[in-house]
Amino acid sequence: MGLFYHIGKYFLLLFRVFSKPEKLKIYYRETIKEIDKLGLNSIGIVAIISVFMGAVITIQTAYNTENPIYPKYLIGLTARDTLLLEFSSTIVALILAGKIGSNIASEIGTMRVTEQIDALEIMGVNSASYLVLPKIIASVFFAPFLTLMSMFIGIFGGWIAGVSTGVMTTQDYVYGIQYAFIPYYIVYALIKIIIFAFLITTISSYHGYYSYGGSLEVGKSSTKAVVHSSIFILLFNVILTQLLLS
Amino acid sequence: MIEVKNIYKSFSGVSVLKDINTVFEQGKTNLIIGQSGSGKTVLLKSIVGLHEVDRGKICFGDTIFNELNFKDKKQMRTQMGMLFQGGALFDSATVEENVMFPLDMFTEMSQDEKRDRANECLKRVNIINANNLYPAEISGGMQKRVAIARAIALNPKYLFCDEPNSGLDPKTAILIDNLIQEITQEFNMTTIVNTHDMNSVMEIGDKVMFIYKGEKWWEGTNNDIFDSTNKELNDFIFASKLSQKIRDLKNSNQPSS
Ligand SMILES: Nc1ncnc2c1ncn2[C@@H]1O[C@H](COP(=O)(O)OP(=O)(O)O)[C@@H](O)[C@H]1O
Ligand SMILES: [Mg+2]
Repeated sequence: MGLFYHIGKYFLLLFRVFSKPEKLKIYYRETIKEIDKLGLNSIGIVAIISVFMGAVITIQTAYNTENPIYPKYLIGLTARDTLLLEFSSTIVALILAGKIGSNIASEIGTMRVTEQIDALEIMGVNSASYLVLPKIIASVFFAPFLTLMSMFIGIFGGWIAGVSTGVMTTQDYVYGIQYAFIPYYIVYALIKIIIFAFLITTISSYHGYYSYGGSLEVGKSSTKAVVHSSIFILLFNVILTQLLLS
Repeated sequence: MIEVKNIYKSFSGVSVLKDINTVFEQGKTNLIIGQSGSGKTVLLKSIVGLHEVDRGKICFGDTIFNELNFKDKKQMRTQMGMLFQGGALFDSATVEENVMFPLDMFTEMSQDEKRDRANECLKRVNIINANNLYPAEISGGMQKRVAIARAIALNPKYLFCDEPNSGLDPKTAILIDNLIQEITQEFNMTTIVNTHDMNSVMEIGDKVMFIYKGEKWWEGTNNDIFDSTNKELNDFIFASKLSQKIRDLKNSNQPSS
């Protein structure tokens, strides 16, 4: 019951979000702000995590394929496919859920409990659309760049780690990351991240928008935003993988 | 003029407002008074349509506001200004941007015209040289005044204030009250103010409605209050020693006939 109630209310919110904007110019301005806040501000954390994950994947693969029957290029190939298939979309999405999800929920939640949303409504502004739409556009537009960046940086991190620990040579790695390369994997990752970005933004906005009470409730909304976004990312990961790869 | 007729409102089965009927007059500051939790905010938000009422009619002049569709409601709202309890300024925008916001949204003015209008409103509420400060950087009294400036930016016909002087020192509180009353008269607006502050009742209560546990319990002018025999109203008004003293003084000056 509770779940269906929330899903219904979530779609009603989306319905209001996607109604006609009051003034395009202002929405455009807000979208640019959100790209800065949600997108550009996430570059750092995605880069750091990608470089380390690339490194760890490479080293682990190397230790698990020490037997000489495995060719060395397998290390590069495994690192590449892990990054392309799962890490740079799903794991990056989970990290973004933690970062921008909590950010969105607490921002909108604070606006709710301090009556700033009421203030928008009383002026005649569609608050749902004004607050949420620029965030959706910004994150859906920017997330694919983060994923692409994560792929490059992750592969780079793998190379640094592999070469500096001496588990393989640069030639092996470069050969590996080119071997049996399937470009569609990138498309698959980008489709996934776009959908994940939409889920994170809308679920977090939902929790913020329907906060009621005080700062304690805003904190709770923010936690719920992260937890629910993460669950739905994992759920949709299974669904999308079935749809796109099988 | 705003008229409410048989308003009922409940939240998930819990009744908050019961059968409220009254008229709020144009050019006057109409007060809604009552204890914390008596339903003042819910009533005010129901009048402006931030809460959907369960039953009843809310009329702005001849228009039945709560029966309008979404679009017409939005249109009506550009004639309303509201001051929220905490000010509700947008904290990611400066003072000037806050006041300019409704102009940005609903007018085709040029940037200069908007800035001029914003400064005019800010000057009206005595805020000068604070244009580029953020809400967190100014005092509570200033926040309230900026919020008033934002509320009047579009020349509204209706002004709503939810406890405009809560959290302010007595002197600043009176300043805000007087400002609201002056603006009301100046622009001949219909103003409704929620308060539980007795000073406000005495200062600006052109018309006072007392709500008790979600029902209209008493109605009159601030002068009528002293003569009222309504027990709950008296308990509320004369809760403090100071107000009791004033009543006793007033009564001793008026020998009973
Ligand atoms: N959105 C809401 N959901 C549920 N209950 C509410 C809501 N808003 C107000 N209430 C309840 O309505 C009652 C009246 O509240 P309110 O109008 O804020 O009182 P006040 O007179 O202090 O402004 C309170 O008991 C409050 O808990
Ligand atoms: Mg209140």
